[in-house]
Amino acid sequence: MSSATTPPDSDPTGRRRVHSMLKLYYGLNEEGTAAEQAESLDPCDINGPHFDPEVYLNKLRKDCSLCELMDHESCMVKQIRSLDSDMQTLVYENYNKFISATDTIRKMKNDFKKMEDEMDCLSANMAAITEFSARISGTLQDQHAQITKLSGVHTLLRKLQFLFELPARLNKCLELQAYAQAVSAHRRARCVLQQYSHMPSFRGIQDDCHVIMEQLAQQLRQKFRDGGSSAKDLSECVELLLQLDEPAEELCDKFLSHAQSRLEADLQGLEFIDRGCNEFVSSLCLVIASYQELFINRPQEGELASKNIPEMANGKLHVFVDTLAARYFSLVERRIQEEKGVGDNSLLVRALDRFHRRLQAITKLLPGSAVPSHGTEIVVRAARERIKQYLSALQTFYHDSLTDVRQALAAPRLAVGGASASGELLTSLSNFILNQLKSVLASVHLFTAKDITFSNKPYFKGEFCSQGVREGLVVSFIKFICQSSRQYCESAGDRGGSTPPALLLLLSRLCLDYETSTISYILTLTDEQFLVQHHTPVTPVTALCAEAREAAQKLLNHYVKVQGLIISQMLRKSVETRDWVNTIEPRNVRAVMKRVVEDTTSIDVQVGLLYEEGVRKAHSSDSSKRTFSVYSSSRQQIRYAPSYTPSAPMDTNLLSNIHKLFSERIDIFSPVEFNKVSVLTGIIKISLKTFLECVRIRTFGRYGLQQIQVDCHYLQMYLWRFVSDENLVHFLLDEIVGSAAHRCLDPSPMEQSVIEVICERG
Amino acid sequence: MKMDDDAPVIYGLEFQARALTAQTAETDAIRFLVGTQSLKFDNQIHIIDFDDENNMINKSVLLHDAGEIWHISGSPADKAVLTTCYSKTSENRVLTCAAVWRMPPEWESGSHESPDDSSNNPQTLELLCHLDNTAHGSVACVLWEPLGDGKRVISLAENHVLLWDLQESSTKATISSTATLEGKGQLKFTAGKWSPHHNSTQLVTANDTAIRGWDLRSMSQIYCIENAHGQLVRDLDFNPNKQYYLASCGDDCKVKFWDVRHINEPVKCLEEHSHWVWSVRYNHSHDQLLLTGSSDSRVILSNMVSISSEPFGHLVDDDDLSDNEENQQEDKGKEPLQDSIIATYEEHEDSVYAVEWSAADPWLFASLSYDGRLVINRVPRALKYRILL
Repeated sequence: MSSATTPPDSDPTGRRRVHSMLKLYYGLNEEGTAAEQAESLDPCDINGPHFDPEVYLNKLRKDCSLCELMDHESCMVKQIRSLDSDMQTLVYENYNKFISATDTIRKMKNDFKKMEDEMDCLSANMAAITEFSARISGTLQDQHAQITKLSGVHTLLRKLQFLFELPARLNKCLELQAYAQAVSAHRRARCVLQQYSHMPSFRGIQDDCHVIMEQLAQQLRQKFRDGGSSAKDLSECVELLLQLDEPAEELCDKFLSHAQSRLEADLQGLEFIDRGCNEFVSSLCLVIASYQELFINRPQEGELASKNIPEMANGKLHVFVDTLAARYFSLVERRIQEEKGVGDNSLLVRALDRFHRRLQAITKLLPGSAVPSHGTEIVVRAARERIKQYLSALQTFYHDSLTDVRQALAAPRLAVGGASASGELLTSLSNFILNQLKSVLASVHLFTAKDITFSNKPYFKGEFCSQGVREGLVVSFIKFICQSSRQYCESAGDRGGSTPPALLLLLSRLCLDYETSTISYILTLTDEQFLVQHHTPVTPVTALCAEAREAAQKLLNHYVKVQGLIISQMLRKSVETRDWVNTIEPRNVRAVMKRVVEDTTSIDVQVGLLYEEGVRKAHSSDSSKRTFSVYSSSRQQIRYAPSYTPSAPMDTNLLSNIHKLFSERIDIFSPVEFNKVSVLTGIIKISLKTFLECVRIRTFGRYGLQQIQVDCHYLQMYLWRFVSDENLVHFLLDEIVGSAAHRCLDPSPMEQSVIEVICERG
Repeated sequence: MKMDDDAPVIYGLEFQARALTAQTAETDAIRFLVGTQSLKFDNQIHIIDFDDENNMINKSVLLHDAGEIWHISGSPADKAVLTTCYSKTSENRVLTCAAVWRMPPEWESGSHESPDDSSNNPQTLELLCHLDNTAHGSVACVLWEPLGDGKRVISLAENHVLLWDLQESSTKATISSTATLEGKGQLKFTAGKWSPHHNSTQLVTANDTAIRGWDLRSMSQIYCIENAHGQLVRDLDFNPNKQYYLASCGDDCKVKFWDVRHINEPVKCLEEHSHWVWSVRYNHSHDQLLLTGSSDSRVILSNMVSISSEPFGHLVDDDDLSDNEENQQEDKGKEPLQDSIIATYEEHEDSVYAVEWSAADPWLFASLSYDGRLVINRVPRALKYRILL
């Protein structure tokens, strides 16, 4: 191309300029209007529209040197040439295109002419076809009408045939008990028959059908009423009857009454929860399900929709379920109440669980029903009842163990080491009780096991644990132990005949052990096992401990009293029945005193097995001797003084009163501490005080007094070691001898040495 | 009135003593009689006059040389006449006898004029008659017919009940009827009480643990409470205002209240003493006040409102209502009043064998312990006013 000759610097702009100029020429100046305007104003711009050759020449001439002009000229020539060649090329191209276009147009003209001819031919053919077609249809019209009419008649005839055959068919269905078919057939014919019932023949058919359907309905009802049919059959029946326009309400009633009779038959034989769950509840569920299927959930169509059946049906269902469930529950409850044996709780819990689980099914089927909550109540009641039974079982167990202990205490008394058994008995008794309690707790714990459905009910989470198990069972049992222990103190009577003293002692120790450790252990165990959350105030451990301690104290006091009275009785009889005025000179310690010492020793052993030694006041290694001399030589002599010096009758009382002034008052039947020494002190106090009081109402002869002296000395020798404060024994014995001396007609005391000899001889 | 009006008054006897009685027929002076027990010296009867205004005691001593006194009882009709049970030793045998005595008429003036002389030169009781009982054994107690004319007494001797008629100014005693308690073992009456109810036709006795009621017309047993107490029954007393109510006490440290129509169970049981209870006495006017004495050296005054004849406190007439409306309101708030221990008196240091209300002043009582200490106390004034108002 010539344009290639254009100087390389102007190439991009030059090309563009060409385009733009062409565009300008063809009126397409949408591009670069702004740029043109900037250029256009310059008349010296050779490409601009306002180019003025004169101005341009003048300018060139003015501005440029000759040489420059020459260069400019040659450049300009070169440009002109290239423009020319461009122009020629364009013209040539355009010309070629024009030629080919002319050729194409000419060819088209020829083709169209041919086409026009063919179109004419086509239209002529079409016209011929139309004509033929019109002619054909004209000829076939009559026959078509006839055929249509014939087919109409045919269907009508078929329908009529169906109608005429209907009674027979229904009968056949009836025979075959194909009720469903019969009902559907009848349903199809029913409208037609209704419509044409004014025509006698149809009327006849309709009547026939009615009769048959009546029969059918009758049969269905019969079947319905028949007890034997299953729930499924029954529901089928109901469905058919419903389609037969039977009144829905009546049907509901009938359905339910029928179901009731069947379920009640179930209830008659209902013996175990297991069976109840399996048969009754599942049947009930089935009934509910099918009932809902039938009356409530079915898509409502036709006239049934308008009757608002679901609401009515639902109400009826609820009433029905409630009444049945109530009967069922009463049966279940009666059955549970019969469940008295406390051997295996897991069975009952499982049964209750199953019972509860099944009832949940009813919840799902019948969301608004109160049945499941009633069921839960039954479970709760059963659990409560169970706790009560366990409590009473524990109580009987406790009594039984006590009876065993009592026998054990009574039996080995014959053997030498009889008393040694009581420590073991205590251990075994308390272990027995604890184990029994633990096993009961374990049994009760089943109620709250995780896999039991009702265990997450609020009752079983809260009240059952705290009020039921903790309070109702554990606390009540502990209280019962204390209570029954206390009863031993009260009911036994004062002769102490009915309750062996050893049992009192053992129970006292048991209660004390409970106070110190067992109660808190049991309660902690319970709290841990049952995760008791105390919503309601519960009995605090301290209160129970206090109660146990009180019971222990009471038992021990009573023990002291009973033992003291046994010894007292011996002493009293021995003092009351003897003629002290005319007694002979003492040669021996009286047998009853030896018996007293023996008994005291055995009591000491008995108590020592269960209670700690306790604190006693320090005494010298040879207490008996020391104190003996005190009372017999120094004081006793002064006491006897009045008898020899009648002028000073006050001395006796004075001395005794001074002594009393400085000694503490002795409470005879006073509470004792939980240790051996205190218990023995109590018993000895009671015995000696009795001795004193008995001596005071007797009158003694000379030898009577001496016998008392001997007896007291003997008691002194052996009793001091048992008591916390030997001075107490001395004081009481002093009083006895002093009182005897007072009550003596001829008070001449025995020589101390003689007394000692007699006592040592035994 | 002095500030320490409620403080006890203590009187000491030289001898040991068990027998105490109020002078029943004396309704003006507060007077108690105490009989001493001494085997070596002549026994005495101390007549204790309490001067309420000055809080002082005046004593007179009468000689009772027959023997040591175990029981003493004043005639309800004649304040100078009394009975004692005393032990007499003869031929190495000790026997408790009973006799009716008359106090010499001058004792009162004599004691006042020269109190110091009285002990040196005491007057002697005048013996009216013996309740001769050698056939029947030792006498436990002699009971005067309550509210009677001082002509009938009962003595309980071993297992016999002897009803005596006193004739010729009590100088002659004849047995009018007797009853004997038969049974296994050696039965012996320990205490008895002549009922003031039913025209004084009933007697109640205690032997061992049993309490028996007797009809004096037929001299036969009318009821028997076996095992009334666990141990020996020591004393009995009738409620002065409720004819079927009876209090008993004994060696089981208990005081029991009985309705003799329902003898299976005691109506009430008190267990306040820590040793045998030897004596129980109803207040003569306000039967809710009960006095007990025990060998634990204590005297306890109890307020047994619930089984008294005034279970709701003193009944105020309607007229008083307007005056005492505030009091009445308070009373109503307190109803029903609780049985309670009013006070425990610890003035004694030896066993208390006898307690007795004064015959003249219903708010005053005496108690006697073995060491010869007589203590006179009053019902706390607060309680007194609460009962009265």
